[in-house]
Amino acid sequence: MYPKDFYYSQDHEWVKIEGDKATVGITDFAQKQLGDVVYVELPAVGARLNIHQTIGVIESVKAVSDVYSPISGEVTAVNEELNNSPEILNQDPHGKGWIIRMKVMDKTDTEKLMNSVDYEKYLEGIES
Amino acid sequence: MIREPLIFEISAPGKRAFLLPKLDVPEKKANLAGLPLREDIEGFPQVSEIEVVRHFTRLSQANFCIDTTFYPLGSCTMKYNPKVNEKVAQLEKFLFSHPQAPQDLVQGNLEILKSMEDFLCEITGLEAFTLQPSAGAQGELVGMMLIHAYLKDRGHPREVVLIPDSAHGTNPSSAHVCGYRVQEIKSNERGTIDLAGLSRQMTEDVAALMITNPNTLGVFEFDILKIAEIVHGQGGLLYMDGANMNALVGKFKPGDMGVDVIHLNLHKTFSTPHGGGGPGAGPVGVKKQLAPYLPIPVVEKGPSGYVFNHDRPKSIGRVRSFYANFLVIIKALAYILSLGAEGLKEIAEIAVLNSNYLRKSLETVYHLKYSAPTLHECVFSDKFQKEHGVQNIDIAKRLIDYGLHPPTMSFPLIVPGALMVEPTETESKRDLDLFIEAMKKIALEAVKTPEVVKSAPHASLVRRLDETSAARNPVLRWEGDKG
Amino acid sequence: MSYISLSHEDKQKMLAAVGISSLEELFCCIPDEIRLKRNLNLPPPLAEPELVHYFEEIGKKNDDSSYLSFLGAGAYRHFIPYVVDYLSSRGEFISPYTPYQPEVSQGTLQVIFEYQTLICQLTEMETANASLYEGASAAAEAVLMAHRLRGKPKILLAKTLHPQYKSVIQTYVQNLSVEIEEVNYSKSGEVDLDDLTGKIDGEMSAVVCQSPNFMGIVENLDRIAELARKHQALFIVVVAEAASLGILKAPGACGADIVAGEGQSFGLPLSFGGPYLGFMACKKDFIRQFPGRIAGETKDAEGKRGFVLTLSTREQHIRREKATSNICTNQAWCALRATIFLETLGREGMRELAHQNIQKANYALENLARIKGVKRRFGGPIFNEFVLEIDAGWPKAEDFLRKNGILGGLSLEPFFPELKNCALLCVTEMHKKDDIDKLVRLLGEVLR
Repeated sequence: MYPKDFYYSQDHEWVKIEGDKATVGITDFAQKQLGDVVYVELPAVGARLNIHQTIGVIESVKAVSDVYSPISGEVTAVNEELNNSPEILNQDPHGKGWIIRMKVMDKTDTEKLMNSVDYEKYLEGIES
Repeated sequence: MIREPLIFEISAPGKRAFLLPKLDVPEKKANLAGLPLREDIEGFPQVSEIEVVRHFTRLSQANFCIDTTFYPLGSCTMKYNPKVNEKVAQLEKFLFSHPQAPQDLVQGNLEILKSMEDFLCEITGLEAFTLQPSAGAQGELVGMMLIHAYLKDRGHPREVVLIPDSAHGTNPSSAHVCGYRVQEIKSNERGTIDLAGLSRQMTEDVAALMITNPNTLGVFEFDILKIAEIVHGQGGLLYMDGANMNALVGKFKPGDMGVDVIHLNLHKTFSTPHGGGGPGAGPVGVKKQLAPYLPIPVVEKGPSGYVFNHDRPKSIGRVRSFYANFLVIIKALAYILSLGAEGLKEIAEIAVLNSNYLRKSLETVYHLKYSAPTLHECVFSDKFQKEHGVQNIDIAKRLIDYGLHPPTMSFPLIVPGALMVEPTETESKRDLDLFIEAMKKIALEAVKTPEVVKSAPHASLVRRLDETSAARNPVLRWEGDKG
Repeated sequence: MSYISLSHEDKQKMLAAVGISSLEELFCCIPDEIRLKRNLNLPPPLAEPELVHYFEEIGKKNDDSSYLSFLGAGAYRHFIPYVVDYLSSRGEFISPYTPYQPEVSQGTLQVIFEYQTLICQLTEMETANASLYEGASAAAEAVLMAHRLRGKPKILLAKTLHPQYKSVIQTYVQNLSVEIEEVNYSKSGEVDLDDLTGKIDGEMSAVVCQSPNFMGIVENLDRIAELARKHQALFIVVVAEAASLGILKAPGACGADIVAGEGQSFGLPLSFGGPYLGFMACKKDFIRQFPGRIAGETKDAEGKRGFVLTLSTREQHIRREKATSNICTNQAWCALRATIFLETLGREGMRELAHQNIQKANYALENLARIKGVKRRFGGPIFNEFVLEIDAGWPKAEDFLRKNGILGGLSLEPFFPELKNCALLCVTEMHKKDDIDKLVRLLGEVLR
């Protein structure tokens, strides 16, 4: 269910690393918790983020969630599609619903994250 | 039932609902000459009086209200609104009184304000009150500002306010608007404040702990005296959100619990009508060391009568124009006078009896996350029903089909799928039993016919509304007048 | 009086169901030290006739409403059509809760939606909220909103803002890093544009100006809007006398970014200052920073039109410490009265009402200024309030008028020490020609 090549944070963000490029989004569990997304607040391109710094905010009808950066890096692109169609986050959270792309600053940051197996175990712990 | 159109949809030129007496002074064009004028009020309605009357009468019929329906809304205290209180608030001497009138001509009004303050002191055990805040949330903000000013005067306003994870959303947002950083205190397995955690988090950088007591689960903070000690021990102050006063009134005083600042909700505990979302009033009470910081003006009784005193150099300033939601104050005062000490005591006793009756009747049918004794409200969850795909919102919407208003949902945050139930003391056993029966039926439906619950309501004027597109593509006004 | 609905039998049955034998057992979870050992010290309960009598007696200690009053200054005596009382007194409007469950609150929600539309039409702004507490805190919320949007350290306030509104704004910003600077007024009573030009810079989140201002003068908002725009400051227009919107050029048309004000003139009695009705409107772009509740249109599961509270995630109950404001209540019932008022007066009535205010106020001003020793203090155009300067001193005039059953106006010196012997008078459509003539005659008499 959860892509094996992603890393996962305890706050339900995922990050996909390709060389020194990273793509960040929120997991299927997170989008289910939020409900129908109505608005996504995106950061500025060029913003420098530390681990766990707020990337932006996702608003659903009944809740609001901060999105935290799972790794440190510099924002190289934001998913403008989310401005017009925030529902993409619900429909395809691991693919078309990506939120930002970053240039990785410290490759060892991923050591603090979970792999897909650990993340699924983590979810089981929450849901019980 | 007919769906009533928007007034703009039945508006047309040539209709009028109002006639002013003819202008009795000479009309001079020069009076308009220097003014920037508008040509017209584009799209503004033109209807007849009967259309106005039918429009609003029909709209009123699309509302549930206390006069027709039970509202078991936790934390809202939807009790009956006594009608005589409406009458006294409409006496002409109050209704037509101008707030800029000379003080000696409005001694009655000032007496009402002072009496109310005195009664609230007696009821809460705090030592001075301001009636200025227009609502509970504004009361909280004022409370935070008072704490800030008091501590600042003593050298350091501090940076942090501690708030339990079970708190109402206005608590952290009020602290934030005042410039404080919020730190959450976790509840223990009983649902109350964890003393060890509080001891750890209560430092000299913490200005205050904001509590609700009983808390939003309806559970009394049994260790309240110890909690106050820990907070005061580090030079901080104890703020109480008085939203749940209905469980305490007449029997316990927050002032005796170590509370330094409290806000009350007159539209909750003191029966003033909710009006569909206001007006309310959120008076704030303080221990005497905080009194100098109260908003101006302050009502005082002098040798020649009541006066508004603006000369209070330590005051945090004004928080509203004029003095208070005056008519709301009158209604609450009338309520206190109608009930007296015994009557107020009875409120707490019966509110707690009614709530425990509901709890006992439903606790095998709905999951109760916290088993501690509860007072005037309790929080169920949808845990059992979730096994069949039915959530709290579905249960809530299905209650509508049974002619009942849903309970408070999804709050406090520490109970996932929450259903917070507060009957208040004015409900009859018959209405409580109808609610119990409906809840039991819905629990059965959740197992046997979950689809019926999930697609509720069926019997209401509108079916479940799409709140997602309302937020994604907001339409916040009639747009038929745009070309 | 007790509003409890349990019979003796009910109580016994319920105690048994809970498994206790007395009500006191319900409170065993509360430590004994806190328990009150005596009843509250309150007067014995009053039965209904006694209660009414009690308030009637207190009411007799008020005497202001028996005077012919020319008081304004933030609270205005206008005619209220009887349908407003009649319709708003329905239990279905007085006693419901906030419309969080829209399926059972379509009445309230549709009223709010209509109210928002009417405010947009009157102010010519794109979006309005469901109301705020009253004018002063609405102005303060507008300032906070501008600060959130622009993030600059300063706010420029016109000196001619209602003193109470100024005071509340100061209270609200005192714990934030915002500095308030004031702009003077000119001889005409309007905002001094030279002073404004001199003071405005790129460090301002907003320029705040009231029209008609506290002196009663109607401002030329377009020019102020231009200056604000040039310096990327938001232009906040405050309206304390909402009736003026019936005839004056709308703030939106003049370039306002945010409009905040007091809606008491729309069908709310004077009520010694409350409950009143704050209103606020802004450009659509700012909506995510807009405080307060908002109703929106949507469809139900069968495609029928309905209304819901929306964009709630800005609000405190969800956003918590990151909320746009801590506001929970609005003034729904007051907004209902305003909606009934506005829809009853309608397009023609609003204009007529406003027009009569202008004509009667000018008639009064003209005739009063003719009296020897009375001066029109400011030359700018007026709506329904104006400032007079009395050479012989306002207290003398005020005293004499009071002895003759008139509350002549509000002394301005306590708020503006430079305005010695000045008073602010208000004349509305409720004043008959005879009332105004009486004021003129008596003032002429005392100053002879």
